[in-house]
Amino acid sequence: MNNCEYQQIEPLSLPNPTPPPRPAAVEEEEEKARRKWEVFPGKNRFYCDGRFIVAQQSGVLPLTLGLILVTTVLFFVFDCPFLVKHLTVFIPAIGGVLFVFAVISLLQTSFTDPGILPRATPDEAAYIEKQIDNSGSSTYQPPPRTKEVVINQQVVKLKYCFTCKMFRPPRTSHCSLCDNCVERFDHHCPWVGNCVGKRNYRFFYTFIVSLSFLTAFIFGCVATHLALNTQTINVVFDFSSCTAVELVICFLSVWSILGLSGFHTYLVASNLTTNEDIKGSWSGKSEAEDTGNPYSYNNILTNCCSVLCGPMPPSLIDRRGFVPVEQSSQTVSMEMVLPMPAAKEIKVVGGPTPSQLPPSRALQVPSSPLPATPLSLTGRPQFSCLF
Amino acid sequence: MAEAHNLQDLQHQAAVASKVYVQRDYNSGTICRFQTKFPSELEARVDRQQFEETMQTLNNLYAEAEKIGGKSYLEGCLACMTAYTIFLCMETHYEKVLKKIARFIKEQNEKIYAPLGLLLTDPIERGLRVVSFTVPEAHTNKGCFPNATIIPLYVPWALVKSSAL
Repeated sequence: MNNCEYQQIEPLSLPNPTPPPRPAAVEEEEEKARRKWEVFPGKNRFYCDGRFIVAQQSGVLPLTLGLILVTTVLFFVFDCPFLVKHLTVFIPAIGGVLFVFAVISLLQTSFTDPGILPRATPDEAAYIEKQIDNSGSSTYQPPPRTKEVVINQQVVKLKYCFTCKMFRPPRTSHCSLCDNCVERFDHHCPWVGNCVGKRNYRFFYTFIVSLSFLTAFIFGCVATHLALNTQTINVVFDFSSCTAVELVICFLSVWSILGLSGFHTYLVASNLTTNEDIKGSWSGKSEAEDTGNPYSYNNILTNCCSVLCGPMPPSLIDRRGFVPVEQSSQTVSMEMVLPMPAAKEIKVVGGPTPSQLPPSRALQVPSSPLPATPLSLTGRPQFSCLF
Repeated sequence: MAEAHNLQDLQHQAAVASKVYVQRDYNSGTICRFQTKFPSELEARVDRQQFEETMQTLNNLYAEAEKIGGKSYLEGCLACMTAYTIFLCMETHYEKVLKKIARFIKEQNEKIYAPLGLLLTDPIERGLRVVSFTVPEAHTNKGCFPNATIIPLYVPWALVKSSAL
């Protein structure tokens, strides 16, 4: 009987004690809660429990991989034996290294977060609007679309993103295919099935450079094979199908890929993005005065190093973090006298509550974190980071 | 559960009103830097110099993380040579500095801001967009404010119940 009484009292005493015990209970319930990638608002797909991210339309990525694989396999099977015999054993080695580089950098470009900016929380959006209302005139105007900053003696306009509810940082653009704001947005590449932005631009550049070397290398080897083979009698089957296939693929791709590599080398050397180049943001077409690129270091080597060898920024979207359990519902249950039994159910069965409610609505209600959990903050996952 | 919705609205309003956001400063380009201008909402709560010192230290830490120099070039070149697979096993310089920043913010909260009734949020949890100061006193208001509304609501309910019986 004493045990029963103790058990009856225990649930009632749970909300009252000091904050530290609550995070432990919350943490246990968080394990049943969803990870942030499951409630991500952008149009992306996630694999391996949020470890890999791709655009919704993976597009032509399987084709890209397939073409590279088929061409390289045909090269190894039909050309390498001949060339090793007649030239050098390094040919398959070089081919292998280039192939590995190309495929690894392709996969990294496709599956890495390009620099997606998480959407502003409702609090932030309200704060920005409040500030604009305070400085502006009427209360019913939509937030102004641009804000100007001066970067390196150059006036740069920051646009307000109505989807992400924030002023976009410089060089950030909203990708309509992925429905995300991406930092240092270059372009959305269908061949790679992802946006190319701040975090994966170096992978993309490595990919196109290694692919252009690989394509040129295979093209050269096949041409050498053809040239050497005319001197000896050979089976027609070899030329008519496999080598011909390689030749055609390489010939068609070498120009476009070499061209793309050259274009991106120019962009890297001048610290530009494809987006800025296409729009002519800094070429001075639209304005009479001299508009230079304010982000350039005016030194080719420094530009290259900063773009390709600069520090690797972290992913801001915290895909594998947990969505925090609804905390204001718990505070409501603690303080309300009337619906106590119902409140206690909400409190105790904290796990299922977020999953029962649609995630976006569930997260908007408890807009502020409790003081208790933040004071014990040890890392990102514990904090609510609404997209 | 109309009372529950009213309370949640009140909490929501209280929560929105009690947050102060310090935005990014883009005057130096795209590097991570926050404005050091003292927000008017914190006028009565925190010392101006203390605030500026905190923001300046944060900015210095982020500048250290994003510094382009010999060490970052070495890291970048090594990563390039290994086809960037080294990022899978090694913690980058940026991540190390982020941990340092998290420790700094925790220390600032414990020593300076919590005694003042404020809470500083790590900007990484807001996508490096803002540094937010939360005023948890709104929660003590939550503690007493809803109770103040519960009692007048409870009394008529109790009367209704008793009359029904």
